[in-house]
Amino acid sequence: MTDLTNLTLADARDGLAKGDYTSVELTEAHIASMAAQRKLNAYITETPEQALEMAKASDTKRAKGEAGKMEGLPIAIKDLFCTENVQTTAASHILEGFIPQYESTVTANLFGNGAVMLGKTNLDEFAMGSSNMTSYYGNVINPWKGKDGKDLVPGGSSGGSAAAVAGRMALAATGTDTGGSIRQPAAYCGIVGLKPTYGRCSRWGVVAFASSLDQAGPMTRTVRDAAIMLGAMAGHDAKDSTSAPMAVPDFEAALSGDIRGMKIGIPKEYRVDGMPDEIARLWDDGVAMLRDAGADVVDITLPHTKYALPTYYIVAPAEASSNLARYDGVRFGQRVMEDGDSLDDMYMKTRAAGFGKEVQRRIMIGTYVLSAGYYDAYYNKALKVRRRIYEDFANAFGTVDAVLTPTAPSAAFAVGENSDDPVKMYLNDVFTVPASLAGLPGLSVPTGLSDNGLPLGLQLIGKPFDEETVIRIGGVLETAAGFDAKPAGLEG
Amino acid sequence: MSSLDKETVRKIAFLSRIKVSEEELGELAGDLTRILDFIEELQEVDVEGAAPLTSVADLTLPLRKDEVTDGNIQQKVLANAPKTDAGCFVVPKVIE
Repeated sequence: MTDLTNLTLADARDGLAKGDYTSVELTEAHIASMAAQRKLNAYITETPEQALEMAKASDTKRAKGEAGKMEGLPIAIKDLFCTENVQTTAASHILEGFIPQYESTVTANLFGNGAVMLGKTNLDEFAMGSSNMTSYYGNVINPWKGKDGKDLVPGGSSGGSAAAVAGRMALAATGTDTGGSIRQPAAYCGIVGLKPTYGRCSRWGVVAFASSLDQAGPMTRTVRDAAIMLGAMAGHDAKDSTSAPMAVPDFEAALSGDIRGMKIGIPKEYRVDGMPDEIARLWDDGVAMLRDAGADVVDITLPHTKYALPTYYIVAPAEASSNLARYDGVRFGQRVMEDGDSLDDMYMKTRAAGFGKEVQRRIMIGTYVLSAGYYDAYYNKALKVRRRIYEDFANAFGTVDAVLTPTAPSAAFAVGENSDDPVKMYLNDVFTVPASLAGLPGLSVPTGLSDNGLPLGLQLIGKPFDEETVIRIGGVLETAAGFDAKPAGLEG
Repeated sequence: MSSLDKETVRKIAFLSRIKVSEEELGELAGDLTRILDFIEELQEVDVEGAAPLTSVADLTLPLRKDEVTDGNIQQKVLANAPKTDAGCFVVPKVIE
């Protein structure tokens, strides 16, 4: 590791502006780090040649005095964003070899602002998972190790992005979050992850999982970096009808460090049975930090919290079963058929061979809850409970500015754990799913270590389109926690 | 109440257009039943008067003029197709 890979986005931006180094030098340092850490499997596709071309072009642009918000900064892109002429797999076999002919809006925004793409990061297949173990391209290994030295998962679904940022293989990375896929891996890897309000970032060109929940966001090493990157990703897009026609604020300016008099809610329902002591302690410490900074911390109630996960596991698979109907072996992706096969045979063989087990399970659950006779009992019921969950937050935000909770119920677990039972894996998202269902911004900030020496994160949930408040409070939490631990091998 | 038998799983698999072998049917029935048991908990929630929430985007879907805004990209549209012929996607014969 070099000093250049240890920089924050903000420092690298300032260093480039001062001419301390060039984008080519920054990019080369990261390409070397990626090559040295290939065993972690954070990337599905590395694009070093393209990265260097982009870096050269960026240095030229800067010399002409035309620097964008992320000019020359090398970042990783989750392999769920369509990138023109660069393979995009969604970590699925069915999209192996798929070369998008267009650029997603979010990546176009980032590259338009000068960012350099290092490669496409690994994820759970179609972003369905909390461990990165469902990727067709192999699981990702967390750069962190516990005391027993076992290989740990990076969380998911944006596990490759989280591992790349924590392991100094990118200054920052894009993630996407449907039920916790930015925040949970950020917590497991000791980095910052921000899921913006639904509608803040365009979904156009992002491989769809559950369209009413999917949202892109930044994964970075500091809250300031998340603010910088969100500003470069977000914005209204006519090509996504759910994209909010709102101006993008200067998120970095929200980092005033002053939260005196702000009201922060602690939802009692999140203190779940069997919450590990270390998570309860982390949460209590966070409360104390915010109080010390002058915030008014109050107890609140979000009564439908325990129904969020079951609601999510109806709504998300239902939407996925519709979205994934497009993988039929006709227009793109893999096709499996033998001579004499009918169209249905082709569909069924293609999808059986192309989708992994978890994706197949979710498509089937989604198909079932949408099928005749079950639609009202499951799907429509879930949509009504989703309304209740949404109302819980709306009521709470009548009195508080933000909500503080743990991000995940545990630290990163060992590769292979929680795989025997699909529902056990789903429980990892217990604290992140409610904000997803309500479309609210959620920020995970690393604030402490587990007894086993692994990073733990706290989550701040804000009002719709009030990322600025969660960024402001997150900045205070980050400063107070002073989390400066690094994965093994990257200390010092 | 929500235990799935093999026949139901076979039907769901066909609706999903996913080929499932006889051996896999049993395992899937177990997994899907486990998931259905988990989501069954929702039945106890009182949702009287709650309108289904289909989208949190507080927006009226925008309208635009019905006009062609792009096109002439046949090569791009076909670029990733497993099989094409004369500018068309090719699928197995569907009409005898």
